Amino acid sequence: MSENSIISLQKVNKWFGDFHVLQDVNLEVKKKERIVVCGPSGSGKSTMIRCINRLEEHQEGTIIVDGIELTGNLKNIDSVRREVGMVFQQFNLFPHLSVKENITLAPIWVKKLPKAEAEELAMKQLEIVKIPEQANKFPGQLSGGQQQRVAIARSLAMNPNIMLFDEPTSALDPEMIKEVLDVMIDLAEGGMTMIVVTHEMGFAKTVADRMVFMDEGRIVEEATPDKFFNNPESDRTKLFLSQILNH
Amino acid sequence: MNKKFNLNFFSDQKFRSLFYQTLVVGLFALGIYYLTMTTAHNLEKRNIATGWNFLNNPAGFDISFSPFLDFKSTDTHLKVYYVGVLNTLLVSFTGCIAATILGFVIGIIRLSNNWLLSRTAYVYVEFCRNIPLILQIILWYSILLLMPRIKQAIEVVNGFFISNRGLYSPRPVYESGFSIVFFVFIVGIVASVWIAKWSKKRQEKTGERFPVLWTSLALIVLLPIVFFFILGSPITFEYPVLKGFNFKGGMVIRPEFIAMFLALSIYTGAFISETVRSGILSVTKGQREASAALGLKATWIMRLIIIPQALRVIIPPLTSQYLNLTKNSSLGIAVGYADLVHGFGGISLNQTGQAIECMVITMATYLVISLTISFFMNIYNRSIQFKEK
Amino acid sequence: MTSENFSEFRKPPIATTGLLGWLRMNLFSNWFNAILTFLVIYFLYQIVPSFFNWAVFSADFTHNYLGERIIDRTFCTRVMEPELGGACWAIIFVRFYQFIYGFYPVEEVWRVNVVYLLLVVAVAPLLIEKFPKRKHFLYFTFIFPIIAYFLLAGGFGLAHVSTKDWGGLLVTLVLGCTGIAVAFPLGIVLALGRRSNLPVISMVCTLFIEFIRGVPLITLLFFGMVMLPLFLPEGITLDGLVRCLIAVTLFQGAYMAEVIRGGLQAIPQGQYEAAQSVGLSYWQLNRKIILPQAIRITIPSIVNTSIGLFKDTTLVLIVGQLDLLGIGRAVLAAQTWMGLSIEVYVFVAIVFIIFTFSMSRYSLYLEKKLKTGINMGAD
Repeated sequence: MSENSIISLQKVNKWFGDFHVLQDVNLEVKKKERIVVCGPSGSGKSTMIRCINRLEEHQEGTIIVDGIELTGNLKNIDSVRREVGMVFQQFNLFPHLSVKENITLAPIWVKKLPKAEAEELAMKQLEIVKIPEQANKFPGQLSGGQQQRVAIARSLAMNPNIMLFDEPTSALDPEMIKEVLDVMIDLAEGGMTMIVVTHEMGFAKTVADRMVFMDEGRIVEEATPDKFFNNPESDRTKLFLSQILNH
Repeated sequence: MNKKFNLNFFSDQKFRSLFYQTLVVGLFALGIYYLTMTTAHNLEKRNIATGWNFLNNPAGFDISFSPFLDFKSTDTHLKVYYVGVLNTLLVSFTGCIAATILGFVIGIIRLSNNWLLSRTAYVYVEFCRNIPLILQIILWYSILLLMPRIKQAIEVVNGFFISNRGLYSPRPVYESGFSIVFFVFIVGIVASVWIAKWSKKRQEKTGERFPVLWTSLALIVLLPIVFFFILGSPITFEYPVLKGFNFKGGMVIRPEFIAMFLALSIYTGAFISETVRSGILSVTKGQREASAALGLKATWIMRLIIIPQALRVIIPPLTSQYLNLTKNSSLGIAVGYADLVHGFGGISLNQTGQAIECMVITMATYLVISLTISFFMNIYNRSIQFKEK
Repeated sequence: MTSENFSEFRKPPIATTGLLGWLRMNLFSNWFNAILTFLVIYFLYQIVPSFFNWAVFSADFTHNYLGERIIDRTFCTRVMEPELGGACWAIIFVRFYQFIYGFYPVEEVWRVNVVYLLLVVAVAPLLIEKFPKRKHFLYFTFIFPIIAYFLLAGGFGLAHVSTKDWGGLLVTLVLGCTGIAVAFPLGIVLALGRRSNLPVISMVCTLFIEFIRGVPLITLLFFGMVMLPLFLPEGITLDGLVRCLIAVTLFQGAYMAEVIRGGLQAIPQGQYEAAQSVGLSYWQLNRKIILPQAIRITIPSIVNTSIGLFKDTTLVLIVGQLDLLGIGRAVLAAQTWMGLSIEVYVFVAIVFIIFTFSMSRYSLYLEKKLKTGINMGAD
């Protein structure tokens, strides 16, 4: 394990039944690094980042997040989840709570913040994602792009050190993708450690420190965006890039 | 040209709709007129009285089960009606509570990831749902009737005897000190509600949480018990004692009621368990994942995220199950449980021959109960819908 | 940095797959689960063997433990030697005829058997889509009710058999099948009527449906048995069984209507508009476009309602019609078989379970086939 790695995956293996979904995955992420993970569907990219906050359990290998090793130990899992924020493809906002309540829920219950403080925090986050006027609306009343931004604000309210994004724009209509990506770019420029699973290559070129290409459960290639897009080494990477960049 | 004019006339939408509706109203009116004439004729022919006077006439029969009102055979048919309504409400109310508890417990068990547990619960639910309710009632009643005779009644626990005439239990006799204990109990409930409110405000202000559940339990359960003993246990129990052919003292719960209660609770509970299960499953996995990713503990996820959303899906079919249970209580006639249909709709009807009046009153009563429950359910349902665009 | 040399996909660690893995995940995943598993096994161990012991291993079927043929309760092992015997199923065997045919005269019972057989032939093409020559068989299904009626009741040279002599499974099936067959179209008519644009018709249908759903079936049966005769002109009497049939069918028709209405509500307005713009009339668009879709969505609920109707047919025993359960009670009332109530009720329960379980399995099969799952149940 290298120094100043905030996330370390070593020889991680995972099976879904007989299906070997992650094969000997090794990944080191440094603090403030922005990683973009791409690859064909079924390659295990979502599974990999979901292992980082223990939404999925790995059967073999070691995962260490900010010095805490992820095992069956519930206390460790809780600590890791406090450090790591996650944004989902399907937003997963709580439909029975208002936007503000969605954001204040975890700070109140996990961090024991008084309500007034939590609400102040929520409004601050809503301003960061540029929709403070929606505070009292309900998720069903917002557009997809707005909902996803609320989801980002909800995760940021817990002040995580690491943000994981699982295909955050894949469920959005095209005209709303930009507003979400803009927020993510702001976040990256602010120095957040990010791992983003996405197909948005424009975003990757702008923001990523490192591209990670996965296929069939393995990390096939890791490179800087420059090298990755202009001079990839592996044939599989070349094939993937030709498919994704030509439409 | 005449033909064309006719068709056009008939093809006009407004004309057609008016035509059909007038036809329907006309047929209806004709039908009702004809019906009334025939019925009046038939009633006259069979010397059946009409009118509501019979309600004030003495019933002439006994009612076996009347825990709320004293009933003698000289009481009026109107009183038969009241006793029937009360008995129906008694078994429906207690049945609904038991069915809900049973349904929620089994529904949650069905969701367990212990395969053996959830499959066993599945088999249980399938049995309970597929056997006709009336058969279940009769089955329980037969089992209860197979209990030994009074002289050989089984003492289950000290003072509780099961016989084929019912469950005999000690009757509590409340002495003067007991009212204080009861008062403390009420105070405990009020205090718990107040503490819940106070703790919520406190959490909003300072973020600190308060163990409301345990405190409430202590106030509602422990405190009265403490007072009970301090005051020297102001309750005596009148134990049923076997004297001759019967028990003297104590109180008895009749097998008809027990059979109805058990069958209704288990049958309806099985349906409720399916409703609860599908309600909880309807909350998408993503909700659980998002809450877990935020660091919320499992009990909070249940309480704050899953259950509020699940309840929205569970409440409407749950209410219709309550309605079904209330209507199914009318099956008590199969085992002689003195509910509304058995007493007023059955015996009174036969005695007086005034079928129409008795049936109308009986049906109207059930309609009122159904419509009332539906009405409140619709209000609640509308108020909890997710606000959408 | 790349990784080109891929080794073969490996097999997952032994303790996580196969029987061992399954056991670990489903039964013993943690302490709590392990304890639960043991508790359930213990609980089942107490109940299941004793039940099977009573019902099968220690039970008498036609002969008792001495080898004698059982002709009344005194011959049952458990009456003679309470310690030895289990269930005395002989009551079912001896009285089997009553359970299946009621009091139908023995010489004519071949007619009932023919009806049972033809019932299978009539229902099969409805249920199985790949039935050979399906269209031809469906014509038969259509006229089956008439054939069945004459076979059972008499006429056309066949001796007349009063419905008072019908009983047992015959009555249950007659009520159940006729009920479902009539309640379904009735429900469609009521549902369409309730959604009609003509306020009078809509109101009439709504009132009817809400009234029927608000009262217990028992009161409707009483209504049918006791009040209906008062409504009929002199000289016209309706058969007791027919009166029950009317009550049960109206009851189920109302519930079916609500289920179908749920399906109709789910059809997007665009379907109506598209059909109208092509020039279809009200009846055509409903028959060809709307109803097929609505029914497809609500099939699980329709089958559920049918299962409910089938169970509800036993209520007729309260008004004196001897269905399967009614015959059971009648048999038990006789001195010769007193005290064997559990055996009779278990038998009746098993028969019902067989029918309802088959129906719900069929519903699951349909669901999978049509890939629907929207349950708008009026349970």
